[in-house]
Formats: sequence, structure tokens, C-alpha cells
Amino acid sequence: MRSVGSTVLTLVLFATYLGIGALAHDTHFSLAWALASTALVWAGPAQIILISTLGSGATILQAAIAVTVSAIRLFPMVVSVLPMMRTPRTKRRHLILVAHLTAVTLWVECFRFLPHVPRERRIAFIHGLGGGLVAVCLMATTIGYGLAANLSQLLAAGILMLTPLAFLFSTARNCRELADVVALVLGLALFPLATMLNSGVDILVSGVAAGTIAYGVHRWRARA
Amino acid sequence: MSDFIGDWHALVILLIAGVIPNQIWRMLGLWFGGGIDEGSELLVWVRAVATAILAGVIAQIVVQPPGALASVPGWLRYSAVAAGFAVFMVTRRSIFAGVICGEIVMLAGKWWLG
Repeated sequence: MRSVGSTVLTLVLFATYLGIGALAHDTHFSLAWALASTALVWAGPAQIILISTLGSGATILQAAIAVTVSAIRLFPMVVSVLPMMRTPRTKRRHLILVAHLTAVTLWVECFRFLPHVPRERRIAFIHGLGGGLVAVCLMATTIGYGLAANLSQLLAAGILMLTPLAFLFSTARNCRELADVVALVLGLALFPLATMLNSGVDILVSGVAAGTIAYGVHRWRARA
Repeated sequence: MSDFIGDWHALVILLIAGVIPNQIWRMLGLWFGGGIDEGSELLVWVRAVATAILAGVIAQIVVQPPGALASVPGWLRYSAVAAGFAVFMVTRRSIFAGVICGEIVMLAGKWWLG
């Protein structure tokens, strides 16, 4: 549990989940729904996409597509994390919970902490760290939900604003290559344009367009 | 039906639209983990699209705000994000400083507007 407390990212995660709780409240989901989404989805962006698409009247299929596209990034994360804790005696089922717990924060912290942890204890370490993070986020979801229900409009607006700020800056921080920067900036800029199409899947339209352009920039730079 | 649980129907939707489409990628990573090159072109594209979708979600919350956030005028929401971003850059990419600054600008502005 000490490692949970010692990460600055936990504070950012706490703020994000305060925002998710508040968002769930203001789009009329129940507290149990919000908590189930935190425990079972365990990916902030996917939860926000799910809440905001369903809340703005998208169909289940549209929401599912938007969520699944956002979740593809979990695939390379899981692929890169698991080899760090495999031993010759590790079975695949031992890693299921680790795979479930893998999300941006845990992924970053794995690279920071795991080199100091003996290999045969790493799965247990990640269960502890990940479980602690989930517990913190369940609390934050509950608090955010309760605050949005009871606070003045001013402070409730402040809590809802935590989500875009925390995500914008943590995404900007994770930008390593030019393609990442282009994807982020164009993704922000194209969304208002995409809403004019009134397609119902505005986020998908702007996301695929901006992401593909960013990939094009990456290819063009690689060739030049 | 209690307020806590709410609508069972919504929980089923959570499973279909949220949990399954999300978990499938983790389980695929667990299953096929070995054979994928982390730097492959496909994954570069996937990462770019995922980043842009997340950016779209951020833009959506600021441009078409839900609930109480809609009571804050648009220009103030955009200024708060811009101010937060400026501080984020100045503090050598401190997420926390950026978030705090954005919040202060928005709350102070809203309070001042009354």
C-alpha cells in the first residue's frame, strides 16, 4: 500500500475519478452503475467515452465502437507489461488479474517499480498496487458522485472540469513523438468540425480522421 | 428499485457497451502477447487514433459540457484550459500544477461573474 500512496499519479487518478463520479451523476446514471464501471472497465478514457456517448443519446452499438477503439491502446500495454513478470512457472491464468489491472497509470508505474521487485514476487506486487489503485478510485468515484449531487453549482462545475484538464495534461505528457502531438492537437481541433456533421459518432469521425493524419505525418517523417 | 442500483437495464448496457468492448483488448493482449512487435506500423496508427479519440472526448466535455459545467460560459471554459496548459508547459509538464491552475481560473472567473 505504501507504493500506492507514494505515486503522484495517484493524485491525478483520484481527481480523474472524482470527475467520472460527478459526470455519471450529471448524466443520470446510478452510483452502483458508476462503481461497477470503475471496477469492471477500469480505464478512465473508456468510462468517460461510455458515459458521455450514452448520455448524449448515442446507441449501444455506437458507444461500444467508441469504447473499443479507445481500448485498443490497452493491447500493446498488456503485451509490454506481462513479460516483466513472467517466470518459467507462470501460467496464463495467473496473469488474468494483472491484465485486467493494466491501465495507463499502472503501466507507467510498472516501469518505475518493477525493476526493484524480485521477479517471483512481481505478480503479487502488481495485485497489491493495482488493487490499491482500484480501491482509491472507487472511493473517488463515490465522493465525486456525492459531491455533484450535493454541492453548489459552482463547485460541481469545478469537479466536472477536472476530467478534461487531467486527461489533456496527462495525454500531453505522454506524447513522445511528433505523431502523438499531431494526434492530440488535431483530435481537439477536429471534434467541433465533426459535430457539424451530426453523425452521432462525432468522436469516432474526428478521432479516426485526426489519428490517420497523424499517422501520415509519422510515415512522411520516417521517409524524409 | 433503489436509487443506489438504479435501472438494471443500464447495468446490462454497461456490460455490453463498456465492459466487453474494453476487456477484449486486455484479454487479446494476454493471449497473443508474444508475437506482436511494439513498434509495428499498425500499432503506431492505433495509438494515434486512440490519442485523437481521447482528445475528441476532452473537446466534447469542454465544448458541449454536461450538467453543472454548462452553467460556466464558453469563453471561461476555454480560458481555463488555456491557462492550465500554459502553466503545465511552464512547470516542465506538471499535470498537477496545470489542473490546479485551470480550476482556479474557472472557479475564480465564475465566482466573479456571480
